[in-house]
Amino acid sequence: MYDYNEFDSDYVRGRVAEFRSQVERRIDGSLTEAEFLPLRLRNGLYLQLHAYMLRVAIPYGTLNARKLRQLAMIAERWDKGYGHFTTRQNIQFNWPKLKDVPDILDALADVGMHAIQTSGNCIRNVTADHFAGAAADEIEDPRPTAELLRQWSTDHPEFLYLPRKFKIGITGAPNDRAVTKSHDIGLRMVRDASGAPGYEVAIGGGLGRTPMIAKVVRDFLPKADLLPYLEAILHVYNLSGRRDNKYKARLKILVHEEGLDSVRTRVEAAFLANKARMRPVNPELVAELEAAFAPPAFEAASPVPPLSGAGLRAWVDTNVSAHKLAHYGIVTVSLKQIGGTPGDATAEQMRVVADLAEAYGHDEIRVSHEQNLILPHVPRWHLPEVYARLKDAGLATANFGLISDIIACPGMDYCALATARSIPVAQEIAEAFADLDRQRDIGPLKIKISGCINACGHHHVGHIGILGLDRAGVENYQITLGGDGTETAVVGEKAGHGFAYDEVVPAVERLIEAYLDNRLEPGETFLETFRRLGPAPFKAALYPGEARSDAA
Amino acid sequence: MARKFNPQMATGNDLLEGDVVYFTAAGDWSREIGDAALALNAEAAEELLAQASAFPNQVVGVYVVDAAVDDRGRAAPAHFREAFRTRGPSNYPQHGRQAEPTDV
Repeated sequence: MYDYNEFDSDYVRGRVAEFRSQVERRIDGSLTEAEFLPLRLRNGLYLQLHAYMLRVAIPYGTLNARKLRQLAMIAERWDKGYGHFTTRQNIQFNWPKLKDVPDILDALADVGMHAIQTSGNCIRNVTADHFAGAAADEIEDPRPTAELLRQWSTDHPEFLYLPRKFKIGITGAPNDRAVTKSHDIGLRMVRDASGAPGYEVAIGGGLGRTPMIAKVVRDFLPKADLLPYLEAILHVYNLSGRRDNKYKARLKILVHEEGLDSVRTRVEAAFLANKARMRPVNPELVAELEAAFAPPAFEAASPVPPLSGAGLRAWVDTNVSAHKLAHYGIVTVSLKQIGGTPGDATAEQMRVVADLAEAYGHDEIRVSHEQNLILPHVPRWHLPEVYARLKDAGLATANFGLISDIIACPGMDYCALATARSIPVAQEIAEAFADLDRQRDIGPLKIKISGCINACGHHHVGHIGILGLDRAGVENYQITLGGDGTETAVVGEKAGHGFAYDEVVPAVERLIEAYLDNRLEPGETFLETFRRLGPAPFKAALYPGEARSDAA
Repeated sequence: MARKFNPQMATGNDLLEGDVVYFTAAGDWSREIGDAALALNAEAAEELLAQASAFPNQVVGVYVVDAAVDDRGRAAPAHFREAFRTRGPSNYPQHGRQAEPTDV
């Protein structure tokens, strides 16, 4: 865990004091709403349908027990006793009062947290593989790099007025669990011919109304060249990104309109200039960051008692992933209890996870973009106790990666931008497929639901994507098929016309039946079947009785 | 001939609490949609927006929107978004306006 140094603490406290004064001046009328709006957004404070919402950054999704307990305290003291973990590894509080927000920010600063760069046209909170530092397939922990990027990007004077928001995602593993290709810059650690680690750099990814998979601009970038290269990408974007139309202002549009080759030529030229101009990162800082994310003092292997009980065995099979040490496991704490709200955790649940992290998990916790919590380092002989405590807290649903492990944005239950609800759709699908044996038979399946075209629910990269729209004053849901957010990323294709709210669950049921009827064997996943057969059998299932149309 | 005018109401969020509020015929703000003043023609809607916008340090994000009229002649939501705003999040019936007693 990176702990704030004096500079970080002073900076964050200074920002809280500044915002406290701005809130006071808004309340006494010295600041107008037009003046206050950009100031509150700079501090993560939105006004939603029913209340204010505070979005708190969880840099690269890393927490420890102390931080998670503080989030629980904030939820209880100033909110309604719960928080919502988001697809950008942040947490949102849905009910703060304006006058309380400076106190909340101070409470965050007490544990080295803040709500900066969670909104506005800046470089946003850097996201990372939630299995970082633990995954068996990892080349290197990406978090020292992610923290370096946080320090580099925070209030970088050249990039305070970008054309639009800018997102960076990073993974240290060849298997991309961080959807890096949906970011403005996606970094994936790879090795060169000599075995040295570096980055594959992809640019121009993004979901939203114009979904694009990032394109590789550099196959291999040595680690030492990272900042000059990223700064070069930002230079080109800052100069040439469109400012005339906010819907065309993201880097993806520049790359699409100008062409990757032209952008690459300009980036490489700017990179050479930057490299000559910029001092290399201080090796002491590099060493400090690497030390901050050094692996914990792992315990020596110890006998693992046989797992007793079908519930425990099923949970271990489903929710415990391979750790780089065979005698450890990576535990996914499902925030997808059947019928619950994807990504929501109560203050009490947060405390349970914090306690478990301290007792059995080297005090490490992660937030995944799939809206679950992770205990990345759990010795396998502690799994029965961890399971028992999670089960008591309603956190042991054995559905990681299965059909009920659904991503859903807040949708029209909270969000002012939403055009339809997401959460109840997720709840009803999960309830329809509640039987875990049936879920395991269906196998790996990612359903992702967004309540508007901005795609916070990542529907474009869901194996089954669901997009809620407002069609003439009625909620209507468009289904996309075959999306993929991993290293083989692809945007799903629209299946055809949309479905009314109460038609969505039956439509998903028909898709699953079509998959089960068509798969070659139980080991062939939904996505593999889709790729082998194409959309035809799935469209036929979605629209029975309709002539095959080219509606997509 | 012009399309029949749909009645409109003015709504926004309370600056301090964030709660959904409606501009009333008495010229103040209520948390009850039934209290919302109804504008019955375009000119009245423009006037309603102007009046409702005169409370910059009390209510923010003010807009006028189509309203339905219930059988007692009171304002009601016309669109599902406005219906959700009268209630709160559907995933937690214990939160938001739906959890509070109403005067209806």
